[in-house]
Amino acid sequence: MGLTLSWLSVIILIPLAGLFLRSLELSPEQFWNILSSRRTLNALRVSFGLAFAAACVNLVMGSIIVWALVRYRFPGRRIFDAIVDVPFALPTAVAGVALTALFAEKGWLGAPLAALGLKVAFTPVGIFVAMIFIGIPFVVRTVQPVLQDLDPEIEEAAGSLGASRWQTIVRVILPSLAPALLTGLALAFARAVGEYGSVIFIAGNLPNVSEIAPLLIVIRLSEFRYADATAIAVVMLVVSFVIIFAVNRLQRWAQSRIPAR
Amino acid sequence: MTIEVKNLVKKFGSFAALDGVDLKVNDGELLALLGPSGSGKTTLLRIIAGLDWPDSGEVSFNGEDALAQGARERHVGFVFQHYALFRHMTVFENVAFGLRVQPRAVRKDEAAIRSRVKELLDLVQLDWLADRYPSQLSGGQRQRIALARALAIEPRILLLDEPFGALDAKVRKELRKWLRSLHHEIHVTSIFVTHDQEEALEVANRVVVMDKGRIEQIGSPDDVYDNPATAFVHGFIGESIVLPIQIGDGAIRLGDRQLDLAADGLAPGASKLFVRRHDMLVGPPGSGAFEGAVQHVRNFGPVQRAEVALSGGETIEIDAPRDKELRAGDTIGLNPRRYRIFAG
Repeated sequence: MGLTLSWLSVIILIPLAGLFLRSLELSPEQFWNILSSRRTLNALRVSFGLAFAAACVNLVMGSIIVWALVRYRFPGRRIFDAIVDVPFALPTAVAGVALTALFAEKGWLGAPLAALGLKVAFTPVGIFVAMIFIGIPFVVRTVQPVLQDLDPEIEEAAGSLGASRWQTIVRVILPSLAPALLTGLALAFARAVGEYGSVIFIAGNLPNVSEIAPLLIVIRLSEFRYADATAIAVVMLVVSFVIIFAVNRLQRWAQSRIPAR
Repeated sequence: MTIEVKNLVKKFGSFAALDGVDLKVNDGELLALLGPSGSGKTTLLRIIAGLDWPDSGEVSFNGEDALAQGARERHVGFVFQHYALFRHMTVFENVAFGLRVQPRAVRKDEAAIRSRVKELLDLVQLDWLADRYPSQLSGGQRQRIALARALAIEPRILLLDEPFGALDAKVRKELRKWLRSLHHEIHVTSIFVTHDQEEALEVANRVVVMDKGRIEQIGSPDDVYDNPATAFVHGFIGESIVLPIQIGDGAIRLGDRQLDLAADGLAPGASKLFVRRHDMLVGPPGSGAFEGAVQHVRNFGPVQRAEVALSGGETIEIDAPRDKELRAGDTIGLNPRRYRIFAG
């Protein structure tokens, strides 16, 4: 208990407290001015908005991937299973460079998409793509063990009781997976909000358009405007905390409907 | 509802789970499918339920082709060995599930669903658990809820796959009696799978004994016990003494000893003699077909179980009543009151 608390303090709480103390050097008015500046607001909007959208996409696509990996036996399944972890392990800068090369106007995917009139690299769409890329393993790896644990017999039971495939999915499978799905969503979201390395390569980093909040913090730091940087950081921290907390409550609520076995 | 199965074949790779099975189940019957694991009994049950499909053969309910329908349309209640309850739903919602997923046109209103579920929970005597979750119940309670859930849709047939297999011995015995009286009450055509002979003999009206994807014998519990049709059935149901014998020149031999048993109508060659342990009657030396020396005696309630080394070289175990005390070292004569001989 004591060890847990001291470790938690040293690793997490003390740095966070430092962050808050630093931002206290600002008067409320200065704090407000920094936050309400157009550039800050846009950066926060880009970061949180795209991160949430990317997490939602990952939730849907991740569930489909998990389903295929757990329920089907196909050649190369183990290899696909391993590939899911690549975004975990790849240095984010490498991912960023690779995605940029792929989606650049002359890249393998960028060229056909550009022909369709969709520009990905150096636009907010690029940020979205990068956030999807780095978030997908979080959904897959949290849902996978729970789905593996879910007995296929309960689907047969639902079917023999007259449920259609759709009713079985909506009434039986999804509710059983809900806590894991929410956890995966929260983790993918948190990761996407905090993502820096892969995003800045592909983003274009145009202020107000494709500039993410973490990048703005770095820019402020390089301009020696430490107070500005901490103010933005504090806001990110608080918003992230509120969102994670909300998801956590939701997850607890879903979990309470499935008492531990 | 009658069920008819004709020449059913199902292979998993090169393994034949069902190898030409024919079966007729009468209306309102409680039938047991009995056999060792791998005998194909569960596969047969799953095919009847529509959870598996045969490679060839026919299944019909009341004369209509059941294989043309999926599990959903067959209106069959299925009870799984491991209950397969929906763990995110209360007991009440589990039982109500089959009523709630009905097409809107035939679905009952909420009040009717509630009263039906209440009725079923009363039937399985667990109405006080309605608001619990499956994880808060004991195994026996879960299985009764699973049964109530299967009965909610008013199934035409009730199928139970090793329903008591995951329960401890005492609960099993209670549930057996309970299942039999429940069937007496609701009279739905039911088939249950078991590898436990005692369970099959105690609960069922008729027993189907299966081995290696084939039906070995169909009969009443008394029938399969008293008149086993094959060596397998004799060995599988009840404890048997098996002796390798030779038939030839109108005589039966065990080793080089000629047995004082009639050999009429038996094909010559190597055969096996089957006797129930309690059908070996003990007499003075030289009085019966066999003679042997008692090696050990243990008492089991009303019987004494003796290990006897026969003069032919075989050692067998017999169950004798305790009125005549046997002692190690005694030489006794043994006469089979009832026995059967199968070729092979």
